[in-house]
Amino acid sequence: MTTPADVAQDDAPAASSKHDAAAAVTEGLAEGKGSSVAGRPVTINRPVEEVFAYFRDFANLPHFMENVVSITVADRQRSHWVVKAPGGATVEWDARITDEEENRLIAWTSEPGADVANSGRVTFRDAGARGTVVTATIAYDPPGGLIGKVIAKMFQREPAIQARRDLRRFKQLLETGEIATPAMNPKQFEEMGL
Amino acid sequence: MRALAWHGKHDVRMDTVDDPEIVNPRDCIIKVTSTAICGSDLHLYDGYIPTMQAGDVLGHEFMGEVVEVGAKSTLKKGQRVVVPFTISCGSCYHCNKHQYSACPNGLPADNQDIAMSLYGQEMSGLFGYSHMTGGYAGGQAEYVRVPFSDVGPIVIPDGVDDDKVLFLSDILPTGWQAAEYAQIEPGDTVAVWGCGPVGLFAVQSAFLMGAERVIAIDHFPHRLELAKRFGAEVVNFEESATYEALMEMTGGIGPDAVIDAVGLEAHGLFVDNVIDQIKASTFLGTDRPHSIRQAIIACRKGGRVSMPAVYGGFVDKFPLGAFMEKGLTLKTGQTHVQHYMPGLLNAIMEGKIDTEFLISHRLPLEDAPQGYKMFHDQQNEVTKIVLKPGMAAA
Repeated sequence: MTTPADVAQDDAPAASSKHDAAAAVTEGLAEGKGSSVAGRPVTINRPVEEVFAYFRDFANLPHFMENVVSITVADRQRSHWVVKAPGGATVEWDARITDEEENRLIAWTSEPGADVANSGRVTFRDAGARGTVVTATIAYDPPGGLIGKVIAKMFQREPAIQARRDLRRFKQLLETGEIATPAMNPKQFEEMGL
Repeated sequence: MRALAWHGKHDVRMDTVDDPEIVNPRDCIIKVTSTAICGSDLHLYDGYIPTMQAGDVLGHEFMGEVVEVGAKSTLKKGQRVVVPFTISCGSCYHCNKHQYSACPNGLPADNQDIAMSLYGQEMSGLFGYSHMTGGYAGGQAEYVRVPFSDVGPIVIPDGVDDDKVLFLSDILPTGWQAAEYAQIEPGDTVAVWGCGPVGLFAVQSAFLMGAERVIAIDHFPHRLELAKRFGAEVVNFEESATYEALMEMTGGIGPDAVIDAVGLEAHGLFVDNVIDQIKASTFLGTDRPHSIRQAIIACRKGGRVSMPAVYGGFVDKFPLGAFMEKGLTLKTGQTHVQHYMPGLLNAIMEGKIDTEFLISHRLPLEDAPQGYKMFHDQQNEVTKIVLKPGMAAA
């Protein structure tokens, strides 16, 4: 495979590479040869300690991740995820933190037996007066068969957009305490998703 | 409630829609007492702005009485407020720099992709102005849900008429910012293209900022008359050649600063404009930028170009060579309304700025569709229409 060292001739981050450098970013995180997606970074006008702490509590993630229905935290390392799938169904998996550096990095991967094997890596960088730069890289390895194809469609074609939108919502939530919506009432807000 | 909804090009209707409710903690709901039709609403009416959907409620110049507040609103029921047309959070990087119209936190995440691909970055949310700016229901309605009500709306003292302060929502700060962006120095001559509401407020603002002369350019006699009332010299481009007139009037130097308050739907039978109209109608171009071309050509060397006018897409034959060779500076952008509101409210209260002169018609909200047609068809006489939800039909 191509590694960033082979293709990177400049100082731009791997996420902006025209080649599949994103795969290298998450190499070894997912089971199998998952397809990976790097979201664009967002800068959040809050201190890195606050941004990291909010994300580190995975129970908070459904507040801004549109497809995540719930995350039940089992202990410091393990959590159970319930995620929306096409046709009103849900997919589930147990996830385990694989790497953590306080105020810098959180990485996780799904345990064997997941409906959709996946892994993620989120980095946090102190940006001084501008707050915190957050970058997310998510990798999915959908199952085979027809259902796998449908799931792949949702998780592979859309996740770049999804990850980007989720990060924007994360920014809005931490900077303003709420998530922007044109909804005219709470019921409509719920129907529209986040 | 009753609300003015867009249904297509030259098709706006009064619809009955659900009343808005509090959704987020910083929201408030206001009962609209006055709301105006903006020149930029005509861009929607004429079908120039993409990402409109049938049923979208229009209106971004409005004020009213607070009737409901969310848990984190700082407003109180019964207060009268004017609402800025930009939906800005007050706590992000851009808001801290008072670049309120660059705030990304009022724009729903799902609506940000359109602007990201068209402009490279997301825009701020706006009321009643297409889904690219958030798909928020606007203020030409009986009630409006106002996000970030703790930092946006400005409270109006008791006893001050709506008509005096309504334009704090958009066109007065827009005209003021246009003059500020022209970086006027004492002794300057400032030329203003377009004597619509923004142009006329730019004329007033330019004099307040120390301009010695202001030259206003339009082809509607009544609008030129209004500009004259504030001390401007005027050029009717149907009577005189604009560039030649400006050069004559400035001793061959050209205006020190030029302000384009016309924008993407320029009028007039100029060759470039006719070609632009054909291109726009066949989607070879999106905007008709005659006024900004002419302003750049007329501007003196080393001068300043201020562009409050709205442009949405791409333009052809932008005089980049003239712009570079003459060493001009261009400042533009949607208005940072929240930054200007307090100072301009004071200026109104002290009688330094006249706002009510602009209003040519007051109509019941129910007559809004007729108002759009009048504003569109009779631009000489109709300078500003204010809609009053409570007003009895004539």
